[in-house]
Amino acid sequence: MSLTSDIDTTSPKYLRDKYAIVGVGETAYMRGSGKTTRALATWAVRNAIEDSGLRPADVDGMLSYQSGDSTFSPFVAGDLGIRLNFYMDVFGGGSSTEALVGMAMGLIEAGMCKVVAIFRAMNGYSQVRIGGTGVRAAAPVSGDMLHSRAYGWQSAGQMFSPTFMRHMHDYGTRPEQVAAVKAIHSEHASNNPKAYYKQRVTVADVLASRMICKPLHLLDCCVETDNGNAIVVTSADRARDGRHSPVLIRGVVGRCSKPRLDMHYQHGPISTVAGRYAREILWPNSGVGPEEIDVTGSYDAFTFTTMLQLEDYGFCKKGEGGEYVSDGTIRLGGRRPNNTSGGHLCEGYTHGINMVIENVRQLRNDVDDSCPLASDGTRRHTYDYREGGCRQVRDVEVAANLGWAMPGTGSAMVMRRG
Amino acid sequence: MTIKAQYLGMPLDISELDAENLEYFRYCAGHAFHLQACTACGLLRYPPTTACPWCADPGARWTPVEGSGTVHSYTEVHHAIQPAFRDHVPYLVLLVDLDTQKGVPTAEEALRVVGNLTTPEGRLAPPELVRKIGIGTRVRMVFTDIAPGLALPQWTFDAAARQPAAVWRYPED
Repeated sequence: MSLTSDIDTTSPKYLRDKYAIVGVGETAYMRGSGKTTRALATWAVRNAIEDSGLRPADVDGMLSYQSGDSTFSPFVAGDLGIRLNFYMDVFGGGSSTEALVGMAMGLIEAGMCKVVAIFRAMNGYSQVRIGGTGVRAAAPVSGDMLHSRAYGWQSAGQMFSPTFMRHMHDYGTRPEQVAAVKAIHSEHASNNPKAYYKQRVTVADVLASRMICKPLHLLDCCVETDNGNAIVVTSADRARDGRHSPVLIRGVVGRCSKPRLDMHYQHGPISTVAGRYAREILWPNSGVGPEEIDVTGSYDAFTFTTMLQLEDYGFCKKGEGGEYVSDGTIRLGGRRPNNTSGGHLCEGYTHGINMVIENVRQLRNDVDDSCPLASDGTRRHTYDYREGGCRQVRDVEVAANLGWAMPGTGSAMVMRRG
Repeated sequence: MTIKAQYLGMPLDISELDAENLEYFRYCAGHAFHLQACTACGLLRYPPTTACPWCADPGARWTPVEGSGTVHSYTEVHHAIQPAFRDHVPYLVLLVDLDTQKGVPTAEEALRVVGNLTTPEGRLAPPELVRKIGIGTRVRMVFTDIAPGLALPQWTFDAAARQPAAVWRYPED
């Protein structure tokens, strides 16, 4: 296939399509996994390696991210009998997956290892709650938190809300427009047997749910789950021997930030997020623009985060994100569906990596919906998106994942069908 | 000198190593708001830091700053995370553009100082006061005393200021 090429001929395009995601794996999205994060990670990595068609002994690099709530690569590698040539476990959340894919490419390019497994495992409901209650709320307040947590300003929802409110103020964005993100993602989740919440909800349901912190109703917020997720990255050459057609990486931007990363509210219009900066790396590196993307994975820790990122990465004009997410564009069957798994709002919460897994399956034309399996094991997609039906996007060639850590920091990646 | 205190069920700790925060909160304990002014470029900064976020110079002079400003954005918290805040919901977290240095060094910048909406005495505001506040409200700084050497800067409705005819509030209100 050909892509309408290079919007910036000076960009470092030499890594385009040289690396691939060849395996994806996960554990069930649960509340109460009954497993340690080490067990969740081990299962997820094992499943991703099996999916790739490689053997554990082929993997010689491992990367993970966490927030003091997970296990480390050496334990997972040990459990799977993997001898590593490189590993690193970094601190971080929703801007990590795409950034670590970029690091994996760099590691392989540098000759430090050949096949890298990336994982995130968390008991985000039953152990360290991602919403910030429990052990996170009990920790002493010191350092920079004296200027935030001391004011009852701690959880992700509380911290991001001034950005969301200011966007409504500056651009007239309405609650029912962003609520459409949840309604649409719930439609997608109803066609995802893995999703924690499969029940379809309406915009009215979102607006009628209890207020958490303005402008976030309960249903504007993602679900807390226990889960392990993993992906396997290797060179495109090696990927050709895999079980599935490879999904090629076009370009990555990792942990790109607004100025004043320590307190991003100090700088610029607060209704603008890191995507405004990240897009200037993502699109030139990928050689495509937003108009060429068939499916997006815009991080939905909250309905608003999906909207803000799609807007600042240029899928619509600045200020028109509310319309973009509510006019049917991002729905299955629409022009550019977003989070076809149901995302963090419905499928489960693992800091962005599950949306990458979903888009890998989309690009393989092999999402795990309820469509019938043919005798050769491939799925016969019906493209009937009614409840309980198909969630495969038709003719999908190029996908973008937009990861979010906070308004001031994001990561993103473009992948294409190999 | 390390400060250890309790506030609304939370332990607040300032390490003896954290010179910038100790100095900042020591001024607050005297109900005097001070920020660091860079000795190289002259710009004020918030919150306290080791070097200047505009020019990277480490030199700074603590400078008195007037505690007045305009609400830039806010959130109204109905579901508290810290248990002791549950007795005070809904409470407001305000992001306030100080009048001092507003629009500097670029038109979109301001010193945006975090605080809760409180009564003039520094107690978390009751619901009838919460409902009056929105983007554009003029506020003035007050302090909540916590411990020797530690008071939190807070914001209260500025009854003496000229208030806008209407402020922006979340539309379901």
